[in-house]
Amino acid sequence: MAKKFRVEVTADECKGCGRCIAVCPKKLLSRGKELNIQGYFAIIAENPGNCIGCGSCFYQCPEPGAITIFEEE
Amino acid sequence: MSEKVKFGRSKVFFDTFHRRPGPIKKNMHYCPGCGHGILHKLIAEAIEYHGIQEDTNLIAPVGCAVFAYYYFNVGSISVPHGRAPAVATGVSRAKPESFVISYQGDGDLAAIGFNEFLQAANRGEKMTVFFVNNSNYGMTGGQMAPTTLPGQKTTTSPYGRNPETEGYPTPVCEIVNALTAPVYIERVALTTPGRVANAKKAVYKAIQNLKERKGFSLVEVVAPCPVNLKMSADQVNEFIEKQMLNYFPLGCLRDKTADMEPGKLPAPVIRDEESVRKILFPVRSENGVAADFRNSSAVFDQELRVKIGGFGGQGVLSLGVMLANMARLRNFNVSWMPSYGPEQRGGSACCAVTVSRNTIPSPIIDRGGNLLIAMTQAALDKYLPELRDDGVLIYDHTAVKLPQLPETMQTYGIDALAIADEKLGSSKFANSVLLGVLAAVLAKNGMNEADKADFDKAFAEAVEEKFGKKPGAVEANIKAYEAGKAAL
Amino acid sequence: MAYNKRLLLKGNEAAVYGALLAGCDCYFGYPITPASEIAQAAALLFPKLNRTFVQAESEIGAINMVIGCAAAGRRTMTASSGLGISLKQEGMSYLAAYEMPAVIVDVMRGGPGLGNIGPEQSDYFQVVKGGGHGSYRCLVFTPNSVQEMCDMVYQAFPMAEKYRMPAYVLTDGVIGQMMESLELPEPVKYDYDPEWKMGRRVNGEANIITSIYMEYNDLEALNHKLQDKYALIQKTEQSVEEIEVDDAELVMVAYGISSRVGQGAVQALRAEGLKVGLIRPKMVFPFPTDSLQKAAGHVKGFLCLEHSAGQMIEDVKLAIDCKLPVRLCNRMGGNLLTVADVCAAAKNMMKEI
Repeated sequence: MAKKFRVEVTADECKGCGRCIAVCPKKLLSRGKELNIQGYFAIIAENPGNCIGCGSCFYQCPEPGAITIFEEE
Repeated sequence: MSEKVKFGRSKVFFDTFHRRPGPIKKNMHYCPGCGHGILHKLIAEAIEYHGIQEDTNLIAPVGCAVFAYYYFNVGSISVPHGRAPAVATGVSRAKPESFVISYQGDGDLAAIGFNEFLQAANRGEKMTVFFVNNSNYGMTGGQMAPTTLPGQKTTTSPYGRNPETEGYPTPVCEIVNALTAPVYIERVALTTPGRVANAKKAVYKAIQNLKERKGFSLVEVVAPCPVNLKMSADQVNEFIEKQMLNYFPLGCLRDKTADMEPGKLPAPVIRDEESVRKILFPVRSENGVAADFRNSSAVFDQELRVKIGGFGGQGVLSLGVMLANMARLRNFNVSWMPSYGPEQRGGSACCAVTVSRNTIPSPIIDRGGNLLIAMTQAALDKYLPELRDDGVLIYDHTAVKLPQLPETMQTYGIDALAIADEKLGSSKFANSVLLGVLAAVLAKNGMNEADKADFDKAFAEAVEEKFGKKPGAVEANIKAYEAGKAAL
Repeated sequence: MAYNKRLLLKGNEAAVYGALLAGCDCYFGYPITPASEIAQAAALLFPKLNRTFVQAESEIGAINMVIGCAAAGRRTMTASSGLGISLKQEGMSYLAAYEMPAVIVDVMRGGPGLGNIGPEQSDYFQVVKGGGHGSYRCLVFTPNSVQEMCDMVYQAFPMAEKYRMPAYVLTDGVIGQMMESLELPEPVKYDYDPEWKMGRRVNGEANIITSIYMEYNDLEALNHKLQDKYALIQKTEQSVEEIEVDDAELVMVAYGISSRVGQGAVQALRAEGLKVGLIRPKMVFPFPTDSLQKAAGHVKGFLCLEHSAGQMIEDVKLAIDCKLPVRLCNRMGGNLLTVADVCAAAKNMMKEI
């Protein structure tokens, strides 16, 4: 069975730089329309369950915990 | 079904950045899209992977990464601008069992601290340097850095960097690659997932080198600074790919680590008191006297103020040292002072020796001397006025013509160099001849029988201390000393 | 084993013995006349005890290596002369701000500029008044003999550690380069492992060392803390030798080689029946204000002996609130005061006040 992954963006930890948007092979990430507590338009993940777990967005993100990728067990 | 974290916050980071002032405690202070955050994540992961968090010390620079210790839960110090590799050297030498990372930006490393950096690299210090090259000074507001590209506009190169007057971007990795000691040098970038994967490998490798104490590793990271460059995430990646990498080509310039054994820790510092004594304190001589020993002759009750003058190579300074050592071995206080000032040049040499049972006030003899040993006419002319009228003058009678002297002054003309040459075959024994002469002079001035014998013993002890077990040296000097005694 | 602890050493060499016996692990230095024998002796002796000697790339490199070693919780020292001390001032300011102990020997030479290698005492301002940026002080010992070069380096370590601040041993080219007999102290029992050292884990969190306080109130609080510490030191740690001061009409004030000349002058003047004494600061921070104030109760004036244009004299005037005449007897450029110079100046002053 193929592994299942899920990408999660913690909105209040995102600075909205957008580095993650271009690198997602599934184009799951886009800029949101709401300001977070830091005053940035945080990135949002649509269909996060379609994540393939490549980690590209995680390593493009300069914040330690704004993006987390989970693997189903 | 349950979930586990595949990619997430490293445990080497604090969960909450409580050291960071202000309300934001989960984020770093860096601007949106900054390369520092990405590199921090890679370093934290590598430290976690290699299991060295407990003993890692991170040296934080002056620059945007000055607050790195808000984030990493490792030993850390924020240091003067550019000095991180020197501080890292101190840490690494003081605690060789620790793992030292110097984290620096381009102004810090390649401008104000280039010397500290290059010298640490050249010494092959056991450390890893992460060098963030983002083509400008970030923290101070986007000024020109050593890495700024030709034509690139910054706040201090508003018309573009002009290579005619401001030179070209500093190729740090290539310069370090000219040194022999560094073990690993690689330049990486963070623009694409592929580039980041390579960067991750390099960071892991550099941390592994640290763990295995292999030597000096350098990873240069060509990093985005979108805010100061006034670019979007995509634009800054394009700037790096299309422009910066022309000046800073990526790749591994050196990796000597494959065929290297892990480095060994140095021998432990010797601190236990008896071992320290054994190494630092000389062993007491068989000719030695007890700490409360005092020579009983009245001649030793007054302060003895001796001036010795001649030219360089005659052993003037070492004669003074020998006399001082004899006195020290007999529990006198003693000062030995070489001459100062311009007369030191031009071949002349002079020293002053003061010997006293009491505290010695000024070690400078400018008057009131009671013994002058003059090996040249110049020395006699210069120092005779300092000699008391009832003082003792020992002079080389082949070199010195005496002026009219007070009748109370004792004078002894001796050609010590000739005596030494004749009796021992070398003028280098002249000092011992002169000390023999001094023994005879003191005997004439009331040194008692016990002290006469003790003076001989003190001489032997001083010679033995100086020459140790060198065969023949002690005997030859004693022979010269006896010749001096007989010469009077 | 019977050891002989009485040696004949240069002041510079004695400093290294004092450091090793005090448990100093690492020496970081750069060659400069007239302090080079310290680096040379350290290069010879530190490795014998498996301790570390590093010839740094620069004076700046050396003081920053000292910072690293001190941060790691080890005893460390460096040494230099005026020009080098000027370069080290950035690091000194950091050491003060970090509240970290270290020992720095300054063997003063002639200045300003490249000056010359003759003895002077013209680093007083830069060593005693701070020298680098910020409001800070360093402990300053002022040995006037080879014995004290050893003893004061030996004492500087525990005092620097007690107050968590850098300590200078401030001397001159004469004391550094002349040889005297001395008695070495016993090696200390090593138990140095400071609570605050970098990387020590307290409740799972690694200690850090920093001097950056972005919040204004935090930095002001650090400054108050430092000033309180300095005030306590000034109150409790003054160290001074008084010679023939009790009945003196004129008191000379001098440290280092000047105080040795001063001692000779006191002997000579007393032999002539003149009531002259000497106050010899063994430390110049803290400054021996109590001793000077006490003497000011009965003397007619003070004569400062300095191998500079007059630097310590300012502290003497401050100590007695300028209530009595304070004059300067000095030489510069590597020239040394003689006992005769000092006697003449003292007699002159006694006539006029």
